[in-house]
Amino acid sequence: MRSDAVSLLHFDFCLLPLPVQLTQLSIDTARSAVQERKTTALALAEAHYARIQKEDGQIGAFLTLCKERALEQADRIDRMAAEGKPLPPLGGVPIAIKDVISTRGVRTTAGSKILGNYVPPYDCTAVARMEAAGAVVLGKTNCDEFAMGSSNENSAFHPVRNPRDLNRVPGGSSGGSAAAVAADMAVVALGSDTGGSIRQPASFCGVVGFMPTYGRVSRYGLIAFASSLDHIGPLAKTVKDAAIVLRTIAGRDSMDSTSADVPVPDYVAELEKPVRGLKLGVAKEYFGDGLDDEVRHAVESAIDKFKSLGCEVLPVSLPHTPYAIPTYYLIATAEASSNLARYDGVRYGHRAPGVNSLSEMYRRSRDEGFGAEVKRRIMLGTYALSAGYYDAYYLKAQKVRSLVARDFEEAFRKVDAIVTPTSPTAAFRLGAKSNDPLAMYLADIYTVTADLAGIPGISVPCGETREKLPIGLQILGKHFDEATVLRLAQAYEQAV
Amino acid sequence: MKVTEKDVAYVADLANLELSGEERAGMVRDLNSILDYMERLNALDTSNVDPMAQVSNRYGIDESKQGSQRFAYASREDVPEGLRKSLSQESALANAPDADETFFRVPKVIER
Repeated sequence: MRSDAVSLLHFDFCLLPLPVQLTQLSIDTARSAVQERKTTALALAEAHYARIQKEDGQIGAFLTLCKERALEQADRIDRMAAEGKPLPPLGGVPIAIKDVISTRGVRTTAGSKILGNYVPPYDCTAVARMEAAGAVVLGKTNCDEFAMGSSNENSAFHPVRNPRDLNRVPGGSSGGSAAAVAADMAVVALGSDTGGSIRQPASFCGVVGFMPTYGRVSRYGLIAFASSLDHIGPLAKTVKDAAIVLRTIAGRDSMDSTSADVPVPDYVAELEKPVRGLKLGVAKEYFGDGLDDEVRHAVESAIDKFKSLGCEVLPVSLPHTPYAIPTYYLIATAEASSNLARYDGVRYGHRAPGVNSLSEMYRRSRDEGFGAEVKRRIMLGTYALSAGYYDAYYLKAQKVRSLVARDFEEAFRKVDAIVTPTSPTAAFRLGAKSNDPLAMYLADIYTVTADLAGIPGISVPCGETREKLPIGLQILGKHFDEATVLRLAQAYEQAV
Repeated sequence: MKVTEKDVAYVADLANLELSGEERAGMVRDLNSILDYMERLNALDTSNVDPMAQVSNRYGIDESKQGSQRFAYASREDVPEGLRKSLSQESALANAPDADETFFRVPKVIER
């Protein structure tokens, strides 16, 4: 698809209906088209807004558009191009931002009624870095409330529908970001991943979703869900675009003390290195009961493809994988119950009207502002942290987290990366799991492990089911070795 | 049944949630079903395993140093003006549901 876009741009530029064409560009083709004055950043932004206008009524990927901010930035980029100045790496590229990521002056709801009118006074570092690199922020994308969900049905505003099949979910919690990219309503998007929230929707919508190493990308300005697990990362149409975004947002930020002071390689240049001779691990724990046959077949074919590219495939053992879901949901909810204590109706967010005391104000504001899943997780987390249960649940989960992380450490002594399915099934139907919280939690079974261990992971499209639903291949790597993960993903992407 | 209605009321109180009667009944059902599933962690002997609270414990920290020096990688100069200018009073109050020009306004505090 991308290479078509390049040739269209150069040879048939005037023959095609422009708005369609302009929404199908990669970062590099968009930027050079603006640089070479074949189009303008303004025209790119307008083409994407036209596409949103046309498509998003039925998809529901966006919660807020910020046209004024976008056009101002586009104009700045166009003036640079007109003056012949070299554009920054994302000059004029239209992007979307998940609504748990703060944008100064642009409403940021976290998909929750409790922040329904919240307008942040500052930008998230990742957003500031994207804009400094020339990106044009079109708007804010829908998500599960406070990023808690695997289907986007927990948005307090409206669900998102999968652009590939409107009766199915786009995955979650970054479902709006994945759907926006999949439906050509943005070139790339930022999402957040706490238990799979970038990779699983990428898999369901047929796009690339990348979660960097814990600490690689600053979370300053990310609305906190579970602080030891939260990550920001890109959703993109190609691996290269994901690498360009990662190069832009990665690196130490003095505003986030958990952001790591580890040198950032040029991820785009690293893509060019060969994959021949790399060792890939395959763990039987990711191919057990509950894995859909079509997904299994697609991932096994992908593994064969890696063999034909000269990679060595070895079995690895990750024996604590079956304990990852209970571990994750105890730790994530415990941290969430603490992080969400800040929503008290005092400094920002919803306050219940007509209350007579401070304590009544807290309770009623939170009762009215939070949705069912958020309350469930606050309750579960509070229970797991409460006197008498702390050791049995929270501390136990932290110990098992060590075991899950140790599994990966041992496996990575043998291999350079591990290949798994991203999700046990392709996109499910809206409503299929919404009355069974545990069934919904199990949708994250192959993704929570990387969040617990803090390692990077990507989901890259690997074929379709008979019903034409996308399947995702997950590649997991060592701490701070995003480059190898991206390189393998691109080699696979280009080989199929 | 592990979690009773009484437990739900107690935990809701700790979490500053009120919850309707219907929500409480649903919470009893859901928490029991989820915690039942969590029980599988008890199959693992973790008596010799350290808890893992943070991934960042695994990098950056200099274990040869003592106390806060171990976290030197995350420290910064202690500058009086801070890393960036503080928010103005106006913008800090801009999202408040109720405020005057100087303070957040809340219902009477002394009770309970």
